Amino acid sequence: MNYSYYPGCSLHSTGIEYGLSTRAVFKHLGLELNELDDWNCCGASSAHALHPTLAVALPARTLSLAQAFDRDLVIPCAACYNRLKGADLAMRNDSRIRSQMESMLGFQYAGSVAVRSVLAVLAEDVGIKRISEETRHPLYGFKVVTYYGCLLVRPPEIAQFDDPDNPQVMGNLMRGIGVEVMPWSHATDCCGGSLSLSRSDVVQNLVGRLAERAREAGADAIVTACPLCQVNLEMRQTSEPKIPAFYFTELLGLAFGLPDADKWFRKHLIDPRPVLMSLRADGRVAANLKR
Amino acid sequence: MSHHLLDEIRTLSRREVELCYHCHKCTAGCPVVDAMQYGPDLLLRMVSLGQDEAVLKSRDIWLCVGCYICATRCPNDIDIAVTMDTLRQTSLARGYPAGERDALLFHRLFMGVVQRFGRSHEAFMLGLFKVLSKVPLMIDVPAGIGLFMRGKVPILPERLRAPTQVRQIFQRSKT
Repeated sequence: MNYSYYPGCSLHSTGIEYGLSTRAVFKHLGLELNELDDWNCCGASSAHALHPTLAVALPARTLSLAQAFDRDLVIPCAACYNRLKGADLAMRNDSRIRSQMESMLGFQYAGSVAVRSVLAVLAEDVGIKRISEETRHPLYGFKVVTYYGCLLVRPPEIAQFDDPDNPQVMGNLMRGIGVEVMPWSHATDCCGGSLSLSRSDVVQNLVGRLAERAREAGADAIVTACPLCQVNLEMRQTSEPKIPAFYFTELLGLAFGLPDADKWFRKHLIDPRPVLMSLRADGRVAANLKR
Repeated sequence: MSHHLLDEIRTLSRREVELCYHCHKCTAGCPVVDAMQYGPDLLLRMVSLGQDEAVLKSRDIWLCVGCYICATRCPNDIDIAVTMDTLRQTSLARGYPAGERDALLFHRLFMGVVQRFGRSHEAFMLGLFKVLSKVPLMIDVPAGIGLFMRGKVPILPERLRAPTQVRQIFQRSKT
């Protein structure tokens, strides 16, 4: 399978290990990711806060680049996914917006590109069965809670992803590699990402509560599918011991026995290796980590 | 030309704010309501009652994180998150100072960096924000250094063709 790939800005910086692990997992599964040449920022939460036209025009430019290829467009970042999917739907369903964008960007909207999240591609195109078959080191006994945050699931008419109140996709993938998924009620709560710099006090409360509830659920770690959530969860925890946040692709890579897993974990603000090591000491996780 | 806020919201965001019957589902689910002065459903009521100034000067419209809980749960399908965007834009258009100065600063810096480079650029952004915001200077410096030491904040922006076209998009969207 062959996909177009839009990493988004975070995966070239604070979420670099999400990009590295996504690429490694896709390569291992024989799926090709072709990064769009010359893509631009989706505008994130700032464009729609200040300027409704730019909020569509910025992702629309990237969609116009993707149109040159007859491939689905795969996006790891939840915020980018939401903005690109939203712009695609706006152009698809609203002829006024479509013609405005066509004249502003100088292109013809074809509506031929399916905008998809990495999570959806792995669950739908690869499937849990294959994920389990590829697992060389099942992460038995490793307890996590899955965390989707907001923009992968909401608003449901844009995200069109799983059940917006009780999504299961990430949990199913995790169970496929032997991880124990603990039930909790906060999988789609907000981490406060867009206020992280300007009101860190508010965000510390939100993240603190998520970390506390994850611990109460008996989790060793939180598993995410969003680079903004992941960095926010790790940067804004204040009370010890801190609970690490993984990208789901990192755990897939670890379970597949991919050699680079250790390099991804070194990038984390909260080093997750002690947690993984303690599991290995228990003989519960056969992690291929360097000492 | 009408300057009634309710009409303006209806035209700009195409939302029927007055359909709200105050079931409080939005306010109950709002993750940042504790930091707000009014909360989402009261804000909608104030819009309906024409309390423009109190709404547009409030910190609430800048505290909204855009998580879409409210819009997803509203039984009357009012897209409250989009309404909040429209209130911010209207507040700026009418020249009110932002109720959360640093939230606006963040958005402006972010968009400025995107306009200049075509992509976000953390080192640039964080640096400017630290200097220009009222957030105490040393807060987040350790975290910033932590990110830098892990090779997560490249200093030089990537060289692309995108910036020229992105600047064009910024220009055209202003007209």
